[in-house]
Amino acid sequence: MRAPTNEQENLFVSPQPLVEIRDVNFAYGSRAILKGINMTFHKGKVIAIMGGSGCGKTTLFRLIAGALSPTKGEIKIDGQVMHELDQQGLYAMRRKMGVLFQFGALFTDMSVYDNVAFQMREHTDLPEEMIHDLVMMKLQTVGLRGTHALMPSELSGGMARRVALARTIALDPMLILYDEPFTGLDPISLTVVGDSIRRLNSALGTTSVVVTHDVQESMKLVDYIYFISDGVIAAEGTPEEIQASDKSFVHQFVHGERDGPVPFHYPSGSYMQDLGVSV
Amino acid sequence: MALVNSVRKIGHRVIEAIWRIGYATHFFVLILLNSGSSFRRFRLTVKELFFTGVMSLIIILVAGLFVGVVLGLQGYEILKRYGSESALGTLVALSLLRELGPVLAALLFAGRAGSAMTAEIGLMKASEQLAAMDMMAVSPIARVVAPRFWAGVISMPILATIFSVMGVFGGYLVGVVYIGVDEGSFWSQMQGSVEFQHDVMNGVFKSFIFGIAVTVISLFEGFDAPPTAEGVSRATTRTVVQSSLIILLLDVVLTALMFRGN
Repeated sequence: MRAPTNEQENLFVSPQPLVEIRDVNFAYGSRAILKGINMTFHKGKVIAIMGGSGCGKTTLFRLIAGALSPTKGEIKIDGQVMHELDQQGLYAMRRKMGVLFQFGALFTDMSVYDNVAFQMREHTDLPEEMIHDLVMMKLQTVGLRGTHALMPSELSGGMARRVALARTIALDPMLILYDEPFTGLDPISLTVVGDSIRRLNSALGTTSVVVTHDVQESMKLVDYIYFISDGVIAAEGTPEEIQASDKSFVHQFVHGERDGPVPFHYPSGSYMQDLGVSV
Repeated sequence: MALVNSVRKIGHRVIEAIWRIGYATHFFVLILLNSGSSFRRFRLTVKELFFTGVMSLIIILVAGLFVGVVLGLQGYEILKRYGSESALGTLVALSLLRELGPVLAALLFAGRAGSAMTAEIGLMKASEQLAAMDMMAVSPIARVVAPRFWAGVISMPILATIFSVMGVFGGYLVGVVYIGVDEGSFWSQMQGSVEFQHDVMNGVFKSFIFGIAVTVISLFEGFDAPPTAEGVSRATTRTVVQSSLIILLLDVVLTALMFRGN
């Protein structure tokens, strides 16, 4: 597959935002996880949400997917407020969305073919011959047409992620959410998955949101980055702007420095006291 | 202070237990409400019937035969004292149809199929398969849980009946073929004393209720299991322990209602 040119990509970019996150707060009981998050995702863009472990990015991911409701604020997708939708409305919205889970979450009792065909069989009345052609086309897109008869247990981690990607795009979603798509992949699979995300976004004219802590891989493929730290947006901008940022948190994160605003040492008492040494 | 802590702990446990019962009841109602596709797309239920019912056949057949053989031997020993060896067929058949068939088949079903259901659903949850399904706008309750529930409810009475039939055959083998009890009186006494409605159907009804209880517990424990190896392992153990206790408790209640000294 040839990479699309900038002009081709721009055809899919619309000034109208697909996802609007307005003043979103979320707390588990009295523990605040997200505090006043504002984001806008335009159609046709690839957006990264980054941050360290426990910063609240997975919570934000689940809020966008409609699996959680914000304690304050709203998330609008395609003009509809997610937490105001009933079960039927939420499922109607999810049919237009695709979610790629961290380790693929393929159905282990189904073959690769049946995994990719799953949504087509559940949500459409397409004849089996047409489903066959579509499944083969989706698998061809991720380069794994030859694996259609295999079971998920026979695939490597990287292949499982790519099959899951084929399953995610089965119904050509308008929005694709990726949860840590680069975790645990070898360098080749990493490139293949990263490349697939960018190419599929352009080919399908969709919007992609990548939740990740993999800085280097994300920088190569996304259009815009949001950094989350302690439940707030610590920084945002294009990859170039983030790379050049002089904010100490962003600098530490992007360059993987051991110590900085995120300290190496977990807060603790006197070291000497713990060792039983009197000074 | 220690006393206050103990009371607090007991209180917590009671509240948690009540909460779980409420949650399980809500889960059961959800299964019933989402059962449409289990019948509209009956092949989903048939697939589960194979895993829960057909795959449990060997253990049910063998256990039924052995229990029948033991019943035949023990029953003959006791009946001989009263000169009633010819009533062996009645003893074997009534013991199996009313009690041993439904109860033992349900206990074996909980150990074989119930634990497998809990582990499967628990692992599907741990590997985010249920979440993925929900994100694809397919209800995991309707697609995964309900077909397994109906497969369990349908297969349990059939397995209990097969258990009883094998048991009667075991009693026949040991009583008639091995010991030499008169074959005619073995079968005719059995035929004369076993009532279809009172004995056979009550036994089938019992196993139907056991089927509901075991399957709901197994599915709920899997669905509610913490998504870790330890969580799934504990849930599987809880399934077997709780199912066994509930089967025995329900048996006491149902027997008291069905056979009040009649």
